[in-house]
Amino acid sequence: MSISILRSGLQDTVQDMGRNGYAHLGISSSGAADDFSLRIANLLVGNPENAAGIEVTLVGGKYKFTADAFIALSGSEFQADLNGVNFPFHRGKYVQKDEILSIGPTQDGARCYLAARGGIDVTDLLSAKTTHVVSGLGGYKGRSLQKGDTVSIGDLNKGTQVIKIKANLYIERSIIRINSGLQSKWFDKNSWRSFTSNTYVVSESSSRMGIRLSGESISSSRGHEIITEGIPLGAIQIPGSGQPIISFVEHQTTGGYPKIANVITSDLCKVGQLKPGDQIKFQYVSLEEAQTLKFKQEEFIKNLKNNHA
Amino acid sequence: MVKFGDDISEDLHQQVFSFSNQLLQQSFNGIKNVHPGYNSVLVTFDKNISSDTVLEKVQQYWGEFQEQKQEKYNRVEIPVLYGAKYGPDLDRVCEYTGLSSDEVIKRHTAGNYLVYFIGFSPGFPYIGGMDETLATPRLDTPRKKVPLGSVAVANNQTGIYPIESPGGWNLIGRTPLPIFNINDPENSLVDIGDKLHFCSISQDEFYQMKGK
Repeated sequence: MSISILRSGLQDTVQDMGRNGYAHLGISSSGAADDFSLRIANLLVGNPENAAGIEVTLVGGKYKFTADAFIALSGSEFQADLNGVNFPFHRGKYVQKDEILSIGPTQDGARCYLAARGGIDVTDLLSAKTTHVVSGLGGYKGRSLQKGDTVSIGDLNKGTQVIKIKANLYIERSIIRINSGLQSKWFDKNSWRSFTSNTYVVSESSSRMGIRLSGESISSSRGHEIITEGIPLGAIQIPGSGQPIISFVEHQTTGGYPKIANVITSDLCKVGQLKPGDQIKFQYVSLEEAQTLKFKQEEFIKNLKNNHA
Repeated sequence: MVKFGDDISEDLHQQVFSFSNQLLQQSFNGIKNVHPGYNSVLVTFDKNISSDTVLEKVQQYWGEFQEQKQEKYNRVEIPVLYGAKYGPDLDRVCEYTGLSSDEVIKRHTAGNYLVYFIGFSPGFPYIGGMDETLATPRLDTPRKKVPLGSVAVANNQTGIYPIESPGGWNLIGRTPLPIFNINDPENSLVDIGDKLHFCSISQDEFYQMKGK
């Protein structure tokens, strides 16, 4: 059982929850840019949350199923149809052999996820299926899917119970919540005020590696170079230009720019939905609040699993 | 983030090396990643771990930490074919430093190098110990593709490209040996804490080694 790519989207990649444990060898985790949505897409088809799916970015392609399958789309809503008939988001649906799913441009954020019961099956690299696009590692031949590729779907019987969603999944992404970064003290009160009160625009050159922002320039009283050290996911770096960069799933494992702040865990999924032109503001929250928000997000998924949401 | 000091030294490196090894050997499965740097180790945890547990764990590891003085460094020889099409920027380095190509090669191969850590991109070694007279600024325009195995100089650092990637360093040669093994990265040729030595080889030797 497999999916044939009749036409590829802008950047269709095989993603799971990431390849953890190799940062000391220079390999960042990668994984779904919006892992929250991939988890939901998986639950909709009765997969384990961490099964691999296809991450579709900005504009999707045309995908033909070589056998009957049970699939779902979740994340940002894109235009989508199955053999010309409107295809709903956030719902598990059976598709028949030779039916064609067409995914058009997004009507909301940057990414949606296609999950199929049994999971997308590619050979594991270091125990994960995620594609690290920048380094050309893992996933399907280390790259985005192209016309003519065929990706396998795993065993249909492996799934568990399927969930149904009544809750509204829309997540407002114009406010990104942050906590202090490793060099937050390099930035004085004025810089911080400027950073948390101005609007930043997501630049065209953003990718899974980093979200580049343009707006009010932020300067550090101690310069913009540090002795190279580790970079965590979601770190907001301020290079010499003063324009913030959010380190994202395919980030460099170490770097030499000061880090003013870090996106809190529960808001990383919002970052995965940012697209060029989006306007965002940063809002500082305490560690306790960050923890509560993360807990709430996990509760939401737990409730979905119990079909209470 | 655990910081051992504020500058770059072999002594701090030794502590970073020991502590990151200790973390990597933990059986606690809530650790997501360990990022050694020049004088620090960043530890990231699984998202389901509470910040209290994170603090507790890091304090526990710190309490258990005992610096293991390394008795013997892993000495790794990196054969390099210098110049010509394998080192298209060797002339640029000569021009900038005012040294002949033989002298550049002599000084580059004479160095005692230390791999401080692997970072930035997959398998990329941060190497210290280059003769400062070889320092040459980065290219104005980075290359879109630098071949795997390229040996290069940028400012007062030398490096080896473990995978084909874009890059703005001056390419002075190429090694026929794969320094990074993506399918088994723990067993790559070059690792944190290794002492590197570059040696100059001929074109015949280059192809012989590459063929193997």
